Parts: sequence; C-alpha cells; structure tokens
Amino acid sequence: MDMKTSSGKKLGLKEKYRHMTRGLDWETSYQKREDVHPLVEYEGIKIHDWDKWEDPFRLTMDAYWKYQSEKERKLYAIIEAYAQNNGHLNVTDARYLNAIKLFLTGISPLEYMAHRGFAMAGRAFPGAGPRVACLMQSLDELRHAQTQIHSLSNYNKYYNGFHDPAHMLQRVWYLSVPRSFFDDAVTAGPFEFMVAIGFSFEYVLTNLLFVPFVSGAAYNGDMGTMTFGFSAQSDEARHMTLGLEIIKFILEQDPDNIPIVQRWIDKWTWRGYRVLTLVGMMMDYMLPKRIMSWKEAWEVYFEQNGGALFKDLARYGIRPPKWLDQISFDKDHISHQAWATFYQYGAIADFHTWSPTEDELDWLSAKYPNSFDKYYRPRLKFWREQAEQGNRFYNKTLPQLCQTCQIPMVFTEPGDPTKICYREVDYQGEKFHFCSDGCKEIFENEPEKYKQSWLPAHQIYQGNCFPEGTDPTAEGFDPVSKVLEYYNIGFGQDNLDFEGSQDQKNFAKWRGMATSNE
Amino acid sequence: MSTVFIALQANEETRPIIEAITTDNPGAVVNQQPAMVKIDAEDSLVVRRATIEELIGRDFDLQELHINLISLSGHIDETDDELTLHWNA
Ligand SMILES: [Fe+2]
Ligand SMILES: [Fe+2]
Repeated sequence: MDMKTSSGKKLGLKEKYRHMTRGLDWETSYQKREDVHPLVEYEGIKIHDWDKWEDPFRLTMDAYWKYQSEKERKLYAIIEAYAQNNGHLNVTDARYLNAIKLFLTGISPLEYMAHRGFAMAGRAFPGAGPRVACLMQSLDELRHAQTQIHSLSNYNKYYNGFHDPAHMLQRVWYLSVPRSFFDDAVTAGPFEFMVAIGFSFEYVLTNLLFVPFVSGAAYNGDMGTMTFGFSAQSDEARHMTLGLEIIKFILEQDPDNIPIVQRWIDKWTWRGYRVLTLVGMMMDYMLPKRIMSWKEAWEVYFEQNGGALFKDLARYGIRPPKWLDQISFDKDHISHQAWATFYQYGAIADFHTWSPTEDELDWLSAKYPNSFDKYYRPRLKFWREQAEQGNRFYNKTLPQLCQTCQIPMVFTEPGDPTKICYREVDYQGEKFHFCSDGCKEIFENEPEKYKQSWLPAHQIYQGNCFPEGTDPTAEGFDPVSKVLEYYNIGFGQDNLDFEGSQDQKNFAKWRGMATSNE
Repeated sequence: MSTVFIALQANEETRPIIEAITTDNPGAVVNQQPAMVKIDAEDSLVVRRATIEELIGRDFDLQELHINLISLSGHIDETDDELTLHWNA
C-alpha cells in the first residue's frame, strides 16, 4: 500500500528520524508503564525525559536495510571470490591462521551475545529513540556473528582448530575470559549493559580489535578476515556513537547518575582492557607481517582517542577511568606475558604456538625498547633452544585464575615486571584471588556476583571437565587427555607447537602445488 | 586540542570522499594503512555532500558513507548536507 503525503515534499533527515522515534511511539493504557518496563529503575539511574535522547546518525529503517544489504552483497561477493580462488594459500604463512582461530573461538561468539544483549536492553527502555538504536545494533551484531562464521568456515575445510567454536566457548579455559566478560555485561541491568558494551567496549576498545588488527589481516593476505572485519566495523561506527550518546544522555538527565556511571566506566574499562590482552598478543606475536605494535595501537586508539573523550566528559564531572597509571605502564608488558602463557599451555589450547624467529624478536626489541630485551627476549630464546634440543616446554600444572577476569595470574605488580601480582579477599569464609587491584575492587563492589565465577582450572580440579562417564580413579587415568576430549580439542592435531603440525605440512604442500607443476 | 578521526576503507568509492575531506579540512592528516585510510584532524572535521558531488558528478546521499566507513571519533552532527565530528573540550 502506498502512503501519499499531502504536500509531496520530501522529509529531511531529522524530520524522518523524529517521526520514526517519536511519532510511532505510544503511551500504554491498559498496563502500567512500570509493569511494561520493569528493569529500568533498579540500578538507580534516573531519567526524567526520554525525548531528550538524540541519535546522531538518524538512520531510518528503510535506509538501514538499504545500506546493510549493500554491505552484505559486497561482503559475500568478496568472500566467495576469496574461497573460489583458494585465497587461504595467499596468507603470509600458516602461523597466521592461529590468530584467526582465536578470533573465531573467542570473539565471534561474543558478537552473538551482543545481539542478545542489545535485544534485551532495547526491550527494557521506555524511550523509543534508544529502543530503535538497540534494535539496529542487535541486528548488526547478529550479522557480525553470521558473517564471521561464514567467512571462517572456509578455513575449516583446510585447517585444524576451526571445528567447534560454540562448544569450546562454554568449556575451554582461556575462552572463559571473553565469555565471562560478556556474561557479566548481559546479566547486569540495561543501563550498565549499555555503558559496558555500548560505551567502554564499543567506544573505547573495539577500535583496537577491528581497526589495526583487521588492517593487519589485510597486510597478511587474509582477504576474508579483512572483509568481515571492516564490514563489522562499519556498523561499529554507529555503535560507538550510540555508546557515547547513552553516556551523555544518562549524565545530563540527573546529577545522581554521575557516581553510578563513574563506577561503571572504571569497572568496564578495566574489564575490557584485560580481555584485550588477547588482542595484544595476536598483534605482537601472531601476525607474521606486522603493521604496528600493540603498544602503538594502544597509544593511538586508547590514549589519544580515549583521552580526547575523557577530556570531553570532564564537563559532566566524569574523570578518566581508574588504574590508568598501571594500564599505561603495562602496555610494555602484557602482550609478552600473554604469549609466554599460551606458549607454556600450548598442549591444552585450540591453536598452535611457536618460538618467534630471530627477525621477529628483533622487531619486538625495536618496538619495546623498555622491556623486551630485559625481561622477555631471554626467556623466549631459552625456550627456543630447549625446543631445538627436543625439550619443547609444556607446563602441566594448571594455573591459578583471577576470580574476576578469569585470566591466569600472570600479570606483574604495577611498576615491577619481575614480580607476579597477587591480591586476595576473604569473603564468607573463603579466600578469593585476583590478578590486580582493579579486579579485586570489582569483586569487592559485587561479591555476590563474582563469587559464582565458573573458573575452568577449579572446575577441572573438581572433576567437572571430563567427558561423561569418566572414572578419575581408574588405572592409568590421564587428566589432560580427558580434558581435551571434553573440550573437543584433538591432541596432536589442534594443539601443540606449530612446528611439525598438520597445518604447517598441509599449507606447505598446497602452496607448493599452487605455485609449481609438481 | 583533541584529535577527531574518520577511517574509511581504501577503495574506488572512497577515493573522491577522501579527496573531498582533505579539500574541506585543510589541516587534516591522511594516514594510509593497509586496506584503509585514517584521517585525523584537530578538534573537528567536516564531510560535505556538495564537495563529494562535485567530484563524482552525481547526487550523493551522505549516509552512503556507512558502506565504507570503518570507524570515527568525536561527537557527530549529521544533516542532509554535512557530517561533522567534533570534541567540545
Ligand atoms: Fe559487533
Ligand atoms: Fe583479573
């Protein structure tokens, strides 16, 4: 049915958007507003006028579908061409694919959680403006999950480790880090979710994930990842804007909101920063051709861009997030500490690790003059020598995990990279352990939430991570092989060193076939 | 002074857009990176529809930017004619 407007004059962007987000809303009549939106008050955030909400992008549904479908058409044309052309043989070297395995298992499932989270948050808000923005973001996030799985399924035809990301997310020790981050956000109230994901994650942190890392994927010949990455990030531009808008809106509505929002900013910046350790490691160690170091990316996208943002928010009485001194000191360290951890635990991971080449060590020395030669290079060299003599080191003792971020306790004291940082809290007669002051304080603010953390190392020791029917008292019981079975990680296939792996052999063979007539 | 930026995919569609941005923002700095272009400017940056239309010789809807947009920073003000990024502090 065609609707004709009387004047025949085209509406401007602002008018169209106002009609969609104001004109189509209605007041409830036979149900009370509080019963329809029961979650909107318990966090203590006070909103007086939902109409003050302005979405700066003012995208209407017709424009949304038009541009999103165009993005999809481009994306699928490129990934089809990439697959048809055996594009996977054009990546710099097969080690690179391990970064993508980590992406598929650790990040893509979060896209799906983001889809669910924004659907729930949108449902919770009485204002039509934020509801529309949440709806669009929810659809975007579903698209991200789908396009990532579609793009990466091509690699699953040829390489190990791509076979079961959803199953692994619920079980594997290091994947509990990103999983618990998102679970934490979606189990918070709708306003906290928006600050956690819309603001701290989208605005402050996703640039680091999708911009320099994806540009790095392009640099390493991975057109599939470049395509889904930039296509996803084109939506992120809208999401970041939404994240900034929600913060401004909440802060302008009532001064009582300021301390609540400040605590969320502190908490979620720290939570997101911890998760990004994985991305730091991917950039510094897993891209064979590197475009910028983790530290450089951090300086551009967090210090410079985030700094501008916090300067801007100062007029609302918001100060920069807590623990920035430590964050700033640690940028010289965390990617190296993370790689060392995965190198040691390479037997129970769904991807390969390796000893960096001499060239790569030189690059790291040049990028990290304050830390690499002094603290990290000697250890990597020692491990490499050991591996060359047939003693590739695998750590067989499960690490202690931080109760909040769930990362093994591998981070060092603020200002002292030679000493592991331990914090603990006694709560209800139990001792809880933390990797940092940030994670400890987050626990102390909400102990009833975090005492429930499902910590993979603890769960293994409690016998909860073996396939059903396993008898740990049986003769010759091998806990590691049972845990891998439970994870659906194939021993000698998905795990261990890249050197000698099936991936390494297959890639060399196929590339040889692609470039010669043998 | 704070930096705002816009990052676009590097392709044929964005070439005239990038040219328009550099024309309309004389102080902007263009950083070429693999597969992308990041444009930084002090405090504010404007994308003008008219300048882009001049270069491509057809009508352009500023929301077409979404297709090749990678990222941006700052507050946004979008009208039919201009997209502005700026910081208030
Ligand atoms: Fe996403
Ligand atoms: Fe922690």
